[in-house]
Amino acid sequence: MANELSTDVNEITQYIVIRVGEEQYGIDIKYIDNIVRDQRMTRVPQVPAHFKGVINLRGEIVPVMSIRVKMGLEPDIETKDTRIIIIKMDQHEPIGMMVDSVKEVVNLSAAEIERASFDKGDGQNAYASGIGKHENGLITLLDLDMVFQGL
Amino acid sequence: MDVSQYLDIFLDESKEHLQNLNTSVLGLEQDPENPETIGEIFRAAHTLKGMAGTMGFKRMQTLTHDMENVFSEVRDGNLKVNAGMIDVLFRCLDAIEEYVSVIAETSDEGDNDNEPIIKELNDILAGKGSGAASGAAAETPAAPAEEAAPATSAAANAGAWTGIEFTDEEQKAIEDAMMANKKLYGITVRVEENCLLKAARAFLVFKAIEESGEIIAANPSTQDIEDEKFELEFSLIIATEAELDKVLADIKAVSEIADAVGAPFDGDTAPAPAAAPAKEEHTEEKHEEPAKAQTAEVAPVKNEVAKKKQDGGKAAAAPAAKTDKKAGGKPAVNRTVRVDIEKLDSLMNLVSELIIAKNSLVSSATSDSESSSNLHDQIDYLESVTTNLHESVMKVRMVPIESVVSKFPRMIRDISKQLNKPMELYMSGEETELDRTVVDEIGDPLMHMLRNSADHGLEMPEERLAKGKPETGSIFLDAYQDGNNVVIEVRDDGNGIDTERVRQKAIERGVMTEEQAYAADESEIINLLFMPSFSTAKQVSDLSGRGVGLDVVKSKIEALSGEVSVKTKLGEGTTFTIRLPLTLAIIQALMVVVGGEKFAIALSGIQTIEDINPHDVKTVESKEVINLRGNVIPLLRLDNILGCQSTRNPDKNMIVVIAKKGDKLAGLVVDELIGQLEIVIKSLGKYINKCKFISGATILGDGEVALIIDSNALI
Repeated sequence: MANELSTDVNEITQYIVIRVGEEQYGIDIKYIDNIVRDQRMTRVPQVPAHFKGVINLRGEIVPVMSIRVKMGLEPDIETKDTRIIIIKMDQHEPIGMMVDSVKEVVNLSAAEIERASFDKGDGQNAYASGIGKHENGLITLLDLDMVFQGL
Repeated sequence: MDVSQYLDIFLDESKEHLQNLNTSVLGLEQDPENPETIGEIFRAAHTLKGMAGTMGFKRMQTLTHDMENVFSEVRDGNLKVNAGMIDVLFRCLDAIEEYVSVIAETSDEGDNDNEPIIKELNDILAGKGSGAASGAAAETPAAPAEEAAPATSAAANAGAWTGIEFTDEEQKAIEDAMMANKKLYGITVRVEENCLLKAARAFLVFKAIEESGEIIAANPSTQDIEDEKFELEFSLIIATEAELDKVLADIKAVSEIADAVGAPFDGDTAPAPAAAPAKEEHTEEKHEEPAKAQTAEVAPVKNEVAKKKQDGGKAAAAPAAKTDKKAGGKPAVNRTVRVDIEKLDSLMNLVSELIIAKNSLVSSATSDSESSSNLHDQIDYLESVTTNLHESVMKVRMVPIESVVSKFPRMIRDISKQLNKPMELYMSGEETELDRTVVDEIGDPLMHMLRNSADHGLEMPEERLAKGKPETGSIFLDAYQDGNNVVIEVRDDGNGIDTERVRQKAIERGVMTEEQAYAADESEIINLLFMPSFSTAKQVSDLSGRGVGLDVVKSKIEALSGEVSVKTKLGEGTTFTIRLPLTLAIIQALMVVVGGEKFAIALSGIQTIEDINPHDVKTVESKEVINLRGNVIPLLRLDNILGCQSTRNPDKNMIVVIAKKGDKLAGLVVDELIGQLEIVIKSLGKYINKCKFISGATILGDGEVALIIDSNALI
């Protein structure tokens, strides 16, 4: 994803802004297939903890992961705001990502995006491809390749 | 215009003809004089040649052409079939097969001319003395000779191209070409009356012309020609630097072109008044296309892609997607199933019944006077229709395994030659049907096992004679249906597996300690053969013995939800038995509850369901077992395995599902039974399939997802 951040300052990318814990994250809208409410999940035994289970998405079985657990935060507490974002990246099967809530869609121009210059260590920073500056504050842009790496 | 829309058919039919050729040549080896076989080979080779020519695969065409020549001499009795010739023919078939697979991957035949094989074919022809001359002679007039008969009546209408009306752009293109000192010709091309792919022929004509010049105008329009909207003739105005004779010769070289006539064009024809806008569009396209073709001749695939992208509106969605794949270097072939029309008819019937059932449900829902019992009747009816529909669709997916096994006789023949071991393959049950997905996957494992039998199983002839066995070894491949399974057996009358040697090897490799090895029984020792990198062959040969065979076979079969077992008797032979489910998509399952969660267990793996008193559970080697009618059966507590908490009162009798795998049994403890259900198996996807004993998931009537427990993986 990082290399797609074009140097053309006028290029606008749409991001869906989600909330995980206290922070806002942005996901490039072109990877988002669907956003569904929290629904009946079937647990799968003997899989890594960040997999919540599988759901039935219109007849397809889609695995759901918890971005919180993946980032090392405490497990999700499901509320009425909890959403599952169905992400479909090219060449990959769809996968669901459980988030605390979905806030809005923002347009960010390349000028408003600062590339991740910090050390990509572990924890939350490992999944950032950049920081977007928007009127409501800073949005960490998720590097989905990193998030789904090694799943 | 491109021929990619015919590519699938071409590949499909080529493979079929190749298979026929392989089988026939094999038959020829047994019975070199059989005129029927020779005739069949000749016909198949001829068709193959024609198809390759139609599609513009020149190298493949040349090779098949030379092969056809050899057969035509054999058929006419001028050549005798001998062993050397059979070998060359097989190599030739392999080369053609390679062309086909390269075409499947890249839509281009590649650049292997296979000259050595062509030379050998010609040597065979030359070997019969006067053959060289007549063979060479046959080469050029072959095509015209076929056309000789229709040619008299099929002379192209010479003046037809003068009727072409020009649009302004075309007129301008003509003037430009004249300015550039190019020669203009009017040409009328006539295809043969019995030509099947007229548009494809026309395309090849266009291609031939574009090699030396460009097409300025056409009648009917190029669009119509591409869409096959012409009778037998079409006329063109072309601009080129080549001579008319050469252009005409190029066009006539395209097969199934009956005639082409032409004359210099002076550009004097008065331009047509304003042409319809639609026509102008075509013209523009036309101008661009030849230009593209010229620059991209070196890379025809790219050319196709470019063209498709350029006039995307014209290309249907499906071929467009295919083109993308091509660009990615992936095979462009669609997986297809040929369906018996009767199966489709029964499907159609069921669908109409479904509609009737739906309609009566709708009517009873709208008229509330209907009694509720009527509604139940209709739901029952609907249920029976959907069940039948399921079954029919499954039947459509079934194909005979013949398509896979028919290549094996040829393979065994090659191995026999290579190892100097006489052997014979006997097959039965080729008509046994399996799900298409299974049939696609089963070929490699079977091949491994046959090679194994041929290489390791069968002894060398001297050894066989010494043991009082017939000199020629026998390998059997038997397939048959057994209940809900299909069984495929690979059997040989060779030496069998020397368990003592396997045991030694296991100790040597450190797989087992000496004690373990001697404590292990026969079947445990044989199972070692399925372990990765465990080979007992004293010598690593080309065929097998690298220890990468049987473990791959096992994992592949298990991936198909099947199982492999071995029976062997030292000195008498070995039998490998593969058991596969008839179809993968829909199974009968027992629904159970464990720790409040629902799971499905395939009914085919279940022997009985037992009610067990907790006091009857004994412990042997710190494992729980039960004694069931004299059988000691290990007990597996599913709640522990699945990582959940049983909700059943531990003092109450346990519900134990007795699962079987081969002759092994195990008792699975569940909390509750729900009942039998027909379930559709869905994959969990690659992210989450790490769990060995969960083979997939299914969606229940209320939309809930239930996991499917693979009892075979638990035992």
